[in-house]
Amino acid sequence: MKLALKEIEKLSIIIRKEIVSMITKAKSGHCAGPLGAVELYLALYFGGILKYNPQKPNLENRDRVVVSNGHYAPLVYSVLAHAGYFPLEKLKTLRKLGSQLQGHLYRLSLPGIETSSGPVGEGLSQAVGMALGAKLDKKKYQIYCFMGDGEQDCGNTWEAVMTANKYQLDNLTAIIDRNNIQIDGFTENVMPLEPLKEKYESFGWKVLEIDGHNISEIIKVFNSSKSIFVKPVVIIAHTIPGKGIDFMQWEHEWHGRVPNSQQAEQALHQLRNLKGKIESELE
Amino acid sequence: MLNPNIQLNPKIFTEEIEKISPRDGFGEGLALAGEIDKRVVALCADVTESVRMHLFKNRFPERFFQMGIAEQNMVGVASGLAAVGKIPVVGSYAVFSPGRNWEQIRTAICYNEQKVILIGSHAGLNTGPDGASHQALEDIALMRVLPKMSVISPADSLEARKAIVAAIKYPDSVYIRLPREKTPVFTTEQAPFEIGKSQILWLPENEEKFSGITIFVCGYLVYSVLEVAKELEAEGISITVINNSSIKPLDTELILKWAKKSKKIITLEEHQTAAGMGSAIAEFLSENYPLPIKFMGTRDQFGESGQAGELINKYGLSKKMIKQTIKEVLSSF
Repeated sequence: MKLALKEIEKLSIIIRKEIVSMITKAKSGHCAGPLGAVELYLALYFGGILKYNPQKPNLENRDRVVVSNGHYAPLVYSVLAHAGYFPLEKLKTLRKLGSQLQGHLYRLSLPGIETSSGPVGEGLSQAVGMALGAKLDKKKYQIYCFMGDGEQDCGNTWEAVMTANKYQLDNLTAIIDRNNIQIDGFTENVMPLEPLKEKYESFGWKVLEIDGHNISEIIKVFNSSKSIFVKPVVIIAHTIPGKGIDFMQWEHEWHGRVPNSQQAEQALHQLRNLKGKIESELE
Repeated sequence: MLNPNIQLNPKIFTEEIEKISPRDGFGEGLALAGEIDKRVVALCADVTESVRMHLFKNRFPERFFQMGIAEQNMVGVASGLAAVGKIPVVGSYAVFSPGRNWEQIRTAICYNEQKVILIGSHAGLNTGPDGASHQALEDIALMRVLPKMSVISPADSLEARKAIVAAIKYPDSVYIRLPREKTPVFTTEQAPFEIGKSQILWLPENEEKFSGITIFVCGYLVYSVLEVAKELEAEGISITVINNSSIKPLDTELILKWAKKSKKIITLEEHQTAAGMGSAIAEFLSENYPLPIKFMGTRDQFGESGQAGELINKYGLSKKMIKQTIKEVLSSF
């Protein structure tokens, strides 16, 4: 599905509101990360990049999206619902007993989810396996793997990074949501990652750095990643955690905190204002 | 007497019986599986020849992936390959896989329901001179607690070969535990093997002669128990020996049947007695037909360097100890 840029921008506000509402209603979940990565997912799903068919979610030649950081589930659910994989109505069941919307992504519960995740640091390995399999069968589909920056702490991540280089997996594009926060604080205090770009480059990857909120720039970089051969590509997307809600932005405490009803109302109010601002700018 | 309904090697109790490591049987079986099913791919973590995956590698180089010393990544990659239609077989030493990568196996393979076959080699004390660091005594426990994972411990090289071929066709993921040492090849091509089935290898000539003791054993130690059974028969003591190579799923029908015929059962494995093969039987029987069980295995302890036989002896799993244990159990009736 391909939407016009202004439609994607409007959708970004709707999805942010859904994330806040879902988590508030569920009384648990992760706010900051999902709010900061909205544009990355929208560019992929609605910017004409990803080959997918919600009516036939298991088509062999579909592109695969591996979400390594399964706590981004509310964002993924909202995006998949808008893409047509399941009714929007289901979103309010997040984290409830018997719901298809599990707290972290579960492959077998909903169409459009390629892997179960939650424990971070192992999605890239699975994406590497899919990319290897595609090469073995001479299939043309692309593998996209979303990762957080916190999981760059994991040894498993770097094992997969080395493997992608060894097998020259140019059908693999990883996206790191570089929001600089993880549960215990800022990434550079918890376990310094920088220079992250140079690390990936020295491991044989092509690195593209972008503003992770600039939709047209994200679409452009996804397109250019398809034309890079021999090397796997990583897009380091610089994002603002909690983007769109002033009291959440840059606050690592909001990694896993749930807004109370007053905070939720305040957040939704800010997003409504932002929506009005975007609409008036676009008109 | 040997079970007349199972075709075992006629040379079983002679000096001429061949000794082959079950790893070799697995290696041949994997190459065979690669021939039978083109979806089979193999991954190894820097121990290719040691796990006998080189036979597959040489035959199907494009379907073999060297993953380096990175077992966590290896099982994740295997899960991804399974997701796009392959049947991955991953090999390493049991202390590393599933020892080092348990959570990845749990999440990326089991919870994800991607079928992968895991080979844990060098399991047990028989690993010998390398010492405790390399002697996996906990791997059955680690794997049998996982939903969507089966656990097999073959008794000889032929069973190991049949196990890998059966695992390729099995719906769920399978963990196959292999010893390092050579073992006498006492089964035959014709002997039955099925995931979920145990085999009675030795049984009393008739019910009157039955001492009331049934031994459940798996893996490297099965042959020793058969030798003990033969010696005891000469002394007028008839026992039943069941090769319980299918630890999960258990052959509950056969276990229940023999539990009902027995006064006491003995379980024997080259593994911690906690949460191993014996415990699996105990869990089943305590719910369905409680009876006293004597567990033989390592008891909350690590191994050490030494020759396989020396270690089996020191840790109380030798033929002598098995015989002594049976006699002690008998005298308690």
